[in-house]
Amino acid sequence: MSEHKFGFRTRALHAGGTPDATTGARAVPIYQSTSFIFDDAKDAANLFALQKYGNIYSRIGNPTVAAFEERIASLEGGIGAVATASGMSAEYITFSALVGSGDHIVASSQLYGGTVTLLDVTLRRMGIETTFVPSDAPEDFRKAIRPNTKVVYAEVISNPGGEVSDLEGLSKVAHDAGVPLVVDSTLASPYLLRPIEHGADIVIHSATKFIGGHGTTLGGVVVEAGTFDWGNGNFPTMTEPVKSYGNIRWWDNFGEYGFLTKLRSEQLRDIGPSLSAQSAFTLLQGVETLPQRMDGHVANARVVAEWLASDPRISYVTWAGLDGHPHFERAQKYFPLGPGSVFAFGARPSGEFATDEERLVAARATGEKLIESLQLASHLANVGDARTLVLHPATTTHQQLSPEQLTAAGVPADLIRISVGLEDPEDIIWDLDQALVAATGESR
Amino acid sequence: MTDACEFTPPADACALPGAAVAAANDIDPAHAGRTWQGPGAGARLGILRRATSIAIVGASNNPARASYFVGTYLLSSSPYDVYFVNPRADEILGQKAYASLADLPVVPDIVDVFRKHDDLPGVAREAVEVGAKALWLQLGSWNEEAAAIAEEAGLSVVMDRCVKIEHARFHGGLHLAGFDTGVISSKRQVVSR
Repeated sequence: MSEHKFGFRTRALHAGGTPDATTGARAVPIYQSTSFIFDDAKDAANLFALQKYGNIYSRIGNPTVAAFEERIASLEGGIGAVATASGMSAEYITFSALVGSGDHIVASSQLYGGTVTLLDVTLRRMGIETTFVPSDAPEDFRKAIRPNTKVVYAEVISNPGGEVSDLEGLSKVAHDAGVPLVVDSTLASPYLLRPIEHGADIVIHSATKFIGGHGTTLGGVVVEAGTFDWGNGNFPTMTEPVKSYGNIRWWDNFGEYGFLTKLRSEQLRDIGPSLSAQSAFTLLQGVETLPQRMDGHVANARVVAEWLASDPRISYVTWAGLDGHPHFERAQKYFPLGPGSVFAFGARPSGEFATDEERLVAARATGEKLIESLQLASHLANVGDARTLVLHPATTTHQQLSPEQLTAAGVPADLIRISVGLEDPEDIIWDLDQALVAATGESR
Repeated sequence: MTDACEFTPPADACALPGAAVAAANDIDPAHAGRTWQGPGAGARLGILRRATSIAIVGASNNPARASYFVGTYLLSSSPYDVYFVNPRADEILGQKAYASLADLPVVPDIVDVFRKHDDLPGVAREAVEVGAKALWLQLGSWNEEAAAIAEEAGLSVVMDRCVKIEHARFHGGLHLAGFDTGVISSKRQVVSR
């Protein structure tokens, strides 16, 4: 009798969620308890020294959170996972486990703004330097590698430009340098892409987005492949004795389980951004329908992107599933089911403009009017909700920038980010059409 | 062992309790590229299920050593009778340490080995001589000569796997630590102790 391999949909419902050993509860129970009793003093000592597995304190681990962690690890094809309070804290604990003062990170420049400021401001202030590579060519990442580089970092689909990373190329660059490829796969979700299959070593999600899927709950998760050689000499914190745990060594004692054991036992212990049991429960509800929702998101994204691309009032659409997108071929390879449902488009301002400056001012005003005229799509700063969401960076997150600065930041004045939801696609299109009429004065 | 059939992957766990060799198609994907093929998850669970005693050869009194971790875990979180073998120690984790496998008061079901590579064929011969049912070489240990010696005598062999991790995989510990156990089941799980 061979081992049966369970499929993605089955694992989205079952992985990590076997019936409760004590009560037989079928749904994963919410273990709303900060702490868990020890059997006796020896049991406590063994747990604290990591000599045995078990629950101690919910900052380090919690049974409801563990169900979520195992489920995501299973879906990503990783060895395990550590859940966190948000996507940003998932990134922070990962970087804090991998780099210290004097170390260097090579990152794509096409990143979510919060990640850019984490790397460029917060970590830089702590003595960690990041080189941002303004290119999608792995060879340009290779040129940025230094002897003290510890991480190569990218998003699998950039937000909001819709660029698709060359994971296999980046993986080779990272591994040639003896460092892990760390990717944020938030916009893909494990249903559309499993980066570990393409050479990534660590996968990070803001579970707040598609994994939770309903805009109710903040959460993050770090998944590790379990195949990186942490004993290669580049990561002394993985191979040197750890005083606070009786001089164990993460790599020597735990092998392939070492990195995540360290992440939980050191970074969650010291930094503390743990996921709550209540939040893990709502995220688990989301995961159970992830395949069905992502199929719906991608189908709607295709309809909306094609409609926008065929509209004369629209200047560009950045969905990589359109054959005019510069990464169309790459998206076909990495995203056979479709490259998600978050992308951007621009609305052409009406009229003739004597200068670029005038045109940019008008584009900004058109974008603002468009956003304000939408009735169904929600104007807010999130993506991956079951509902359609929109954001106009030039008048919100980037409103302090001049038109020239906007261009330099890669955020055109007219750029609207859309996260296509699960409504009837004709309603999403009806809404966009009426808002475009209001913003441009032109009918399709 | 009342729940022995209750969770996945049951594989051969309940069948042929004496079966020493893993089913030919239940192999360990972690070692797919190697010439010797290790037992898959179902077969490893079967080895753990059939055992009541484990001897740790090369056990250490140093809390930072992997063998100490495994000893602490097995004593605190498993139902096994655990025996420590180390000719240079009198006592390990509060238990008597034995000089050799032949000195144990029982025939151990599993011989779990923490010894350097070149010593492994010798330990395999000792395991065969005392009549052990399985030879288990720890994470990082891979010696096909030792494997051949044990398999020829009818022992099950596992290499480059940790007894603690494999037991924890099927008994909740690994799950609580956020790791993928591969267990998919609608049956109530067995807690470790």
